[in-house]
Amino acid sequence: MHELGIAQNIIEIVQDQTKNFSNRKIKNVFVKVGKLTNVLNDSLLFGYDALIIGTNLEGSKLSIETVSAKIRCESCGSESMIDGLAFYCERCQSTSVKLISGMELTVSEIEIED
Amino acid sequence: MSVITVERKVLAKNDVIANENRSAFKRNKNFVINLLSSPGSGKTSLVEKTIEFCKSKIKIAVIEGDVQTDLDAQRIDKLGVPVAQIVTNGGCHLEANLVKDALHSLNTADTELLIIENVGNLVCPAGYDLGEDFKVVVLSVTEGDDKPLKYPAMFRNASVLVINKIDLLPYLKCSIDELKKNALSINPSLKVFETSCTTGKGIDSWCGWIQSNLQSK
Ligand SMILES: Nc1nc2c(ncn2[C@@H]2O[C@H](COP(=O)(O)OP(=O)(O)OP(=O)(O)O)[C@@H](O)[C@H]2O)c(=O)[nH]1
Ligand SMILES: [Mg+2]
Ligand SMILES: [Zn+2]
Repeated sequence: MHELGIAQNIIEIVQDQTKNFSNRKIKNVFVKVGKLTNVLNDSLLFGYDALIIGTNLEGSKLSIETVSAKIRCESCGSESMIDGLAFYCERCQSTSVKLISGMELTVSEIEIED
Repeated sequence: MSVITVERKVLAKNDVIANENRSAFKRNKNFVINLLSSPGSGKTSLVEKTIEFCKSKIKIAVIEGDVQTDLDAQRIDKLGVPVAQIVTNGGCHLEANLVKDALHSLNTADTELLIIENVGNLVCPAGYDLGEDFKVVVLSVTEGDDKPLKYPAMFRNASVLVINKIDLLPYLKCSIDELKKNALSINPSLKVFETSCTTGKGIDSWCGWIQSNLQSK
């Protein structure tokens, strides 16, 4: 259950990024979560909703975009999605592949009231 | 409504401290490994065997991470090696700041090999950089040969796989070839060792790998 700590980090980043807008209401916080990060969306939402009570984020909504895991083949250059099982190129079966997405854990945008 | 574009890594704070640790390790010429596994795969046993095998040749220090108790640190202390215990009080993984704090109570100025034993958990510790040179995942054959496929992030982020408890293979359905095949399909560059902390088999090649890394430090 490390989602609580991650939620806390998200809240701190939002507070830091919005400190110049302290009189405006924070509406939405958008985060990107890669498929391979092992973060459970429900636990993250639960932690977020629990931790924002009594802060300036209270009433805001956390929107999670799940980013699928993708690899690029170093032999033939093609890109394929992986379902979390095997890291090899769908086209030429090469295992020399580079992970190009799936490990994201970022706060991307914050929506505030005018 | 206005939108602020942020694009900030959620774990940036951890990464900053991990890089501070990494600089400190570099200054002291510490070779640092982060041992990861599910509970009971044999991390502490592997540390004990490594100490027994290498103690006369290299200076070792250990950081133990556990949810509760200092039992693992007591085991290491018995072998006469400097050890610091981190108790996470429920936390499911070590974070860089906990390691940084532990370094205050552990003098690593003349340490050659620093082993950090992470909290037993095959999921959460994978995402947290501590400043180590290598993540080493320990998987015991009793856990089954399908585990790399079920916990891909751990095997993808590690550089080394130690397959432990090979003395128990005769009693199990686990195929070591299948296990290796699965692990390498997730991460083809994994370096693999096979060990038994009960019989001592394979400890020599594992320690040989450590020593070759010390020389290149
Ligand atoms: N048969 C056999 N048993 C082993 C081997 N290595 C460890 N064990 C046993 O497995 C159990 C767990 O070993 P530990 O070294 O405490 O495992 P750990 O990964 O440090 O456990 P946690 O720190 O609690 O996650 C102990 O009873 C060990 O004696 C091995 O190679 N073969
Ligand atoms: Mg242990
Ligand atoms: Zn290809």
